[in-house]
Amino acid sequence: MNEYEEIDYTKSFDFSLWKKLAGFMTKHKKPLIILLVSNTLIAVLDITFPLVTRYAIDNFIMLGDTSNMGWFITVFAVLFFIQAVNIYLFINEAGRMEIGIVYDIRKTGFKKLQELSFSYYDNTPVGWIMARMTTDAQRIGDVLAWSIIDLVWGFGIIVLAFVSMFILNAQIAVRLLAITPFLIAASVFFQRIILKGHRKVRKINSKITGSFNEGINGAKTTKTLVREGKNFEEFESLTSSMRYNSVRVAIVSSILMPTVLIIGSIGVANVVYSGGIQVMTGVLTFGTFTTFVSYSMQIIDPIRQIARIFSDMQSAQASAERTFSLIESEPDVADSPEILKIYGDALNPKPENWPKIVGDIVFENVGFAYKTGERVLENFSLNIKAGEKIALVGETGAGKSTIVNLICRFYEPTEGTIYIDGTDYKKRSQIWLQSNLGYVLQTPHLFSGSVTENIRYANLEATDEEIIEAAKRANAYDFIMKLPDGFNTEVGEGGNRLSSGEKQLVSFARAILSNPVIFVLDEATSSVDTETEQVIQTAIDRVLKGRTSFIIAHRLSTIRSCDRILLIHDGKVVEEGTHKELLRKKGQYYDLYTNQFKEEAENRLLTDR
Amino acid sequence: MSTITTSNVEPNKNNKTNKNNKSSFKTLIKPNLHLFTLSIAATAFGAIFQLLAPLIIRFTVDSVISNQPIDAPAFIVSFIERIGGVSFLRVNLWVCALAVISVSLGEGLFTYMRGHATSAASENVAKKLKDTLYMHIQKLPYNYHVKAQTGDLIQRCTSDVETVRNFLGSQVAEVVRTVFMVVFSVYIMLGTSVKMTLVTVITVPVIFVIAIIFFRKVKSTFMLSDQKEGEMSAALQENLSGVRVVRAFGRQKYEMEKFDKKNSEFRNLSYKLIHYLALYWGSSDLFCFAQILLVLVVGINMTIAGEITLGSLWVFDRYVGMLLWPVRHMGRILSDMGKMQISLGRINEILNTPEETDTEGATEHNLKGDIVFENVNFSYDESKQVLNNLTFTVKKGETIAILGTTGSGKSTIMHILLRLYDYNSGSVKINGKEITEIKKQTLREKIGIVLQEPFLFSKTIKENIQMANSRAGDFEVESVSKAAAIHDSISRFEKGYDTIVGEKGVTLSGGQKQRIAIARTLIKNSEILIFDDSLSAVDTETDAQIRRALSERKTDVTTFIISQRITTLMEADRIFIIENGRITGCGKHEELIKTEGLYKRIWDIQTMLEGDFESEAAI
Repeated sequence: MNEYEEIDYTKSFDFSLWKKLAGFMTKHKKPLIILLVSNTLIAVLDITFPLVTRYAIDNFIMLGDTSNMGWFITVFAVLFFIQAVNIYLFINEAGRMEIGIVYDIRKTGFKKLQELSFSYYDNTPVGWIMARMTTDAQRIGDVLAWSIIDLVWGFGIIVLAFVSMFILNAQIAVRLLAITPFLIAASVFFQRIILKGHRKVRKINSKITGSFNEGINGAKTTKTLVREGKNFEEFESLTSSMRYNSVRVAIVSSILMPTVLIIGSIGVANVVYSGGIQVMTGVLTFGTFTTFVSYSMQIIDPIRQIARIFSDMQSAQASAERTFSLIESEPDVADSPEILKIYGDALNPKPENWPKIVGDIVFENVGFAYKTGERVLENFSLNIKAGEKIALVGETGAGKSTIVNLICRFYEPTEGTIYIDGTDYKKRSQIWLQSNLGYVLQTPHLFSGSVTENIRYANLEATDEEIIEAAKRANAYDFIMKLPDGFNTEVGEGGNRLSSGEKQLVSFARAILSNPVIFVLDEATSSVDTETEQVIQTAIDRVLKGRTSFIIAHRLSTIRSCDRILLIHDGKVVEEGTHKELLRKKGQYYDLYTNQFKEEAENRLLTDR
Repeated sequence: MSTITTSNVEPNKNNKTNKNNKSSFKTLIKPNLHLFTLSIAATAFGAIFQLLAPLIIRFTVDSVISNQPIDAPAFIVSFIERIGGVSFLRVNLWVCALAVISVSLGEGLFTYMRGHATSAASENVAKKLKDTLYMHIQKLPYNYHVKAQTGDLIQRCTSDVETVRNFLGSQVAEVVRTVFMVVFSVYIMLGTSVKMTLVTVITVPVIFVIAIIFFRKVKSTFMLSDQKEGEMSAALQENLSGVRVVRAFGRQKYEMEKFDKKNSEFRNLSYKLIHYLALYWGSSDLFCFAQILLVLVVGINMTIAGEITLGSLWVFDRYVGMLLWPVRHMGRILSDMGKMQISLGRINEILNTPEETDTEGATEHNLKGDIVFENVNFSYDESKQVLNNLTFTVKKGETIAILGTTGSGKSTIMHILLRLYDYNSGSVKINGKEITEIKKQTLREKIGIVLQEPFLFSKTIKENIQMANSRAGDFEVESVSKAAAIHDSISRFEKGYDTIVGEKGVTLSGGQKQRIAIARTLIKNSEILIFDDSLSAVDTETDAQIRRALSERKTDVTTFIISQRITTLMEADRIFIIENGRITGCGKHEELIKTEGLYKRIWDIQTMLEGDFESEAAI
């Protein structure tokens, strides 16, 4: 499902990145300290147990002196108890830290997403963002909390075991130490191959998901082309490659384990051999001998784990790079600190300082180009008086939506200035403008929740009466009352339990409730049926009175009633005037209008019921 | 990812019985039985070797170093006697060391075999499942795909298959290993000391039961946590898809609070869950430690009393460590088994939906001939009749244009020709043969249809066009693209015909997609051609250009053109007007504009309006 998932892995260790990641860890000071302490303790105790056993063997069994048996049991019991508590602490705190880190990353990311401009959303697929915020955030938290702490434990065991062994018997200790480089080398070598293999498998897996997606969505076309067999062949080659690569990774993994084990057993064999000789010659006690055998087995696993952790960290680094690329993106449209100080932003609005908007809008030599370099407007000037009702017509891609988006300050002009009530709108904050905006889109978007909640979105303090009033003014009241639970009807995810006409009515009521000074209707009626269109149309005429409004529309009835019609072509106003004036001109608008008229009349005939 | 999406799925009520399930557990295992057997055998031998290692240490400690009698099967004793007895070993201790390494070599070999066989088996199963699903989905009836929920289907084909694979791949192997470990170790221990064996395994059943009870209990919390995670990502998804609304109302703060609520809920539930888990592992560790301590204390006393040797104490100490962890882990696996069954059930729901079937005895047929519909009735479900006693005849080679209101059934007629749906009653004959007696494959191969919403695959443009006729060369691809008036647009792409379309490549406009689909259909050299409103997104001029090219190409191909544009319709040999599943008008353009009806009304709009505008402008 995610084509963006498995790209851009960097190989080298990125120090500055890990420093930033460490920032996420150190935020959780308490768990971090508990973890470091408890993990060190776990390692210490793991190394102590064989020593206690050694004492028991040498004294109780070999010497037959059981006078300290009570003490032995007590000490062991206490150590075990401490260890159990440690393990509880370790799991609990590492878990809390992981959860906390993931929570923080998501929170930070979400906040950033609320600040980023539309230009970011234009170029970033939602699926990509979702993957960063879900899977990647999880992987980072996982590695930071567990793996790094496991490193502490692993190194602790190895270092302490060797310290203890060198004190007990340096000769055998050296023999064991000689084994470790081989253990490390083998682990690292195989982990590398495994990591590479896993990446490949994941890549193929996302291809398979994509293929399923295509197979399902294209099933109808497949049938008409009788392509079933060929499609299956292609799919089958993917699953074959998936099987081949998965089994390969599994084989490497199942070679790694035995290899480490065998190298480890060489260590054990060494202990058995030289330790055994020393026991026979009386240099070594039986207790010490068993302690060495235990140690030689104990150090195998940490070494293997450390190799695994490093490869985990490598893939976490890739996750972190992508997640930080989101968190560290800078919004293109941003208010300066001075402006924010006075007017506030969306998170801390300061409405008490906001000047009232009248609604005069002036474009002065405005130019605009998208980041991709695509130029939409050039030297565009326009003068709109408060309360005017403006229609923007023209072909797709002519620049109508861009003009409206500039007015809303979803984008900012790349050249020139836009004035609202005589002031450059960059000298006010975004939230000041956007709080005075009513905006109805071509494809209405509702949030899951009830109808009431959706309308209230525009004004969180609105009373139920005000919501009903807004619904009535939008001509949405009648249909809402016919819904099973009236205003309390759940609209479903994305509003999908309502028809698109119904959704549009609700979104229109929502826009009305915000009582905006500037109203924007972007193709608001083009995706609804004729009946709903008429319902909305009468509401529009009523609601837009006295507000500066912009209507992008195809439907004639919507356009005809506007004060001024601007015909946009290639980012320029090519014709301008009232409906009648433009008809008389018999220019482009006349052609557009007559064509549209025919099409609408036909559609009315063809969509009978 | 989210459980919300899956809850919408209606369970298939017809398939409650598990007997007929295509992918029951048995049928999945069967073809890979040899691999699973190998895996189990390797697991058994691996476990034996793993348990052998401490025995060698025991032998070395007890018999070689301490000179006690050998506690081993007779053949080993005689083997040792043959190589020179214990005294030989005392001098050559390296033999014992070598034994340690050999045992671990044996263990390693079987561990490898187990890993290899298990993964081969489980990957085979996963591949088989995916392949079966893919093929089955392709063969499901047309109607299924009209209603299909893509997201849910994909989830079943991917995550649910993954759950099954994971279960077979690692979990089953783990359970089998644990069972072998317990059985073998108990057997070995019993041979040494019954009393000590009892002491060693006394808490194992208790720990096992506690593990199962615990994981059963927290299962609901696990599920709730999945649900909360789903809610959180749904909140995120909604915010992202509604970003324009959020900004237009300046609701960033509100959105942050909303997301933070979901994010916190998930976090707090995770805290709770991890706390349970920490308590479980901590306290069960305490249990295990008590068990180990018991083994040590009783073992030491028994060693002092001479009931067991020092080496045996070592063996018991090792074994108890080897048993406890897998037993605790098994509790978790067993409680997870339910997940696998649910996934398998969801997969079976797809597989149990019947595939499209063909009439028995259907044959191939030459489609170059008249098409005759006689009293054809059709409805998707009982509620609404789509085609009503439809009767018409189309002569071989005719071009028929169809105009109809929405929902009139005009597309359905075309779908019936390809047997994407079978009619309920009446008769449809092509070249004298009832189409239910013609193979579906023949019909679909010989009838070219351009669907209303054509689907392009994420391949190159050339591959997409060649899809309908893999033998077609570059020249043919270009020639049909020219006929479909898309050649120039394609040439303007940087990579021309090798441009990849779709998500990973170039995004095409609706009109471009339609024209590529037309080219794809043209390359087929069909005996009947159908254009199901497939020029709707193309401008009138290009539309005319394509039609000109078509009439130049065509010889005796019967052609249907569904359209709402009079200009597209008027050149046809005959025009059918379809309303409510029947023909309400039929004839040439010149005839139809003279009779009252839908066609005339639309024609009037096209012609008579110019005057009206003059007057409107004048007022």
